[in-house]
Amino acid sequence: MNILEVNDLSKIFNLHILKNKKIEALKEISFTMKEGEIIGLTGKSGSGKSSLMKCIYRTYLASSGEIIYASQDGSIDMVKADDHRIIELRKTEINYCSQFLSVIPRVSAVDVVCENLFRIEKNKTRAREQAKEMLEQLGLPSDLWDAFPVTFSGGEQQRINVARAIIAGPRFLLIDEPTASLDARTKDIVIDMIVDLKRNGTSVLCISHDEYTLDRLVDRRIELQTGRITAVEMDGVEV
Amino acid sequence: MSRTDDNWLLRVRNLTKIYGEPNENTLNMTGPLFNSNICPETDAIVACADISFDLYPGEVLGIVGESGSGKSTVVRLLYFDMEKTAGSAFLKPYNSGLANILEESNQKKRFIRNHLMGMVYQNPRDGLNFRFSSGGNIAEKLIMAGNMNVGQIRGRASELLEKTEVPVQRMDDRPSSFSGGMQQRVQISKAIANNPPLLFLDEVTTGLDVSVQAKVLDLIRELQQDLGIAMIVVSHDLSVIRMLTDRTIVLKDGRIVESGLTDQILQDPQHEYSQLLVSSLL
Repeated sequence: MNILEVNDLSKIFNLHILKNKKIEALKEISFTMKEGEIIGLTGKSGSGKSSLMKCIYRTYLASSGEIIYASQDGSIDMVKADDHRIIELRKTEINYCSQFLSVIPRVSAVDVVCENLFRIEKNKTRAREQAKEMLEQLGLPSDLWDAFPVTFSGGEQQRINVARAIIAGPRFLLIDEPTASLDARTKDIVIDMIVDLKRNGTSVLCISHDEYTLDRLVDRRIELQTGRITAVEMDGVEV
Repeated sequence: MSRTDDNWLLRVRNLTKIYGEPNENTLNMTGPLFNSNICPETDAIVACADISFDLYPGEVLGIVGESGSGKSTVVRLLYFDMEKTAGSAFLKPYNSGLANILEESNQKKRFIRNHLMGMVYQNPRDGLNFRFSSGGNIAEKLIMAGNMNVGQIRGRASELLEKTEVPVQRMDDRPSSFSGGMQQRVQISKAIANNPPLLFLDEVTTGLDVSVQAKVLDLIRELQQDLGIAMIVVSHDLSVIRMLTDRTIVLKDGRIVESGLTDQILQDPQHEYSQLLVSSLL
């Protein structure tokens, strides 16, 4: 079964305040993704990887085309779906982990990680225990668990970000550069965690520049160049 | 869509407020296209027009726009502080959502307001009676909702003050002797005293120090998470909107120019005016 089908997607930014300047970020993007698959999105900076991911998550509104997501209640076009339906899906199925941590100020690291978990684990103490376990695995010093992540280093923030995205076991995960600022050992731990998710049925779309991460993590790759798909790998063959 | 289509808590359709004498062209000659909300023919002022949206249980909706865009008018119409010119609003827990609450009798409006809504104003003087003690203010709301037991009322008042971090020892002091942030927290206690499913917040952090602002915002977030109250947050401050809301409506000259998920409005604003707002964010 396909969990995602993207058909002829395009995204044009129309910047009214810059005299209607138009920026074409994505052109004629079409691909499908099987349930339980991990796809790596590759390509140079500015090639449209993050834009594609944000269109799928509806942070960006696509200009044309469709993004058909097979939700547990049936197929839905993420381009046209009602806002409330999208909010619902974000709470129950789809998770997006951006490249940089953006958090609500004055929330402790543990509670940031628990954000999605609190929805399914009503016992807050138990949820926090689970979050601490994960932060322990990721090697985040325990004296940081109750501190506010805003002041953390890049690598520390990244680990919080990844932990928050995967702790509740989403059905579909969009993850942008999960290993970028991590040392080799932590990188392996993060990769193992995402592979574990896949074992439990999660489908993952992952942006990465890191060959090592891509090699270990993804089933196949899709390469973007100036907003178009230039290469798709199928069954180990590039087509 | 299918599953959640009928799950709304508050449904607003074509809500309109016009001051002065409008004629048949008033609505067609005002709004963002004309960069004005004053009718060129009759000088009628269109405070807001054709405002329609659905609010779901537990959802937080933001309304942004510059001063005079009609943001506050929308919530004040819904809280019956003003009379609408046209439009309707339905509230699920009242009459199964079948009655236009804006056309109910004053007595019924008072019932809806006391039992099903809370309001926090920018200026604590609008929401609190400064001649009463802070506990008395909370009691006022509880009494209006039909609670007559003094012991219970005092118990609930101290519980609320504790929750909002107002020293309970000061329950019998008047809010005039409190700091601005504390007055705001008393106002919030009063607004949520009878566990309403719907809370309106009108520029509640405007004019407070940054650190006090932070505490008030944290309190609102906590209440939302713990009690699951649906909220309409009116603010000109996009950081407040970003921190509190799931969905946002952008108003200009009394009309909705854009509505969408808050992250979409902030990262991919479509309308010229929303783009200007977002690019002005520090």
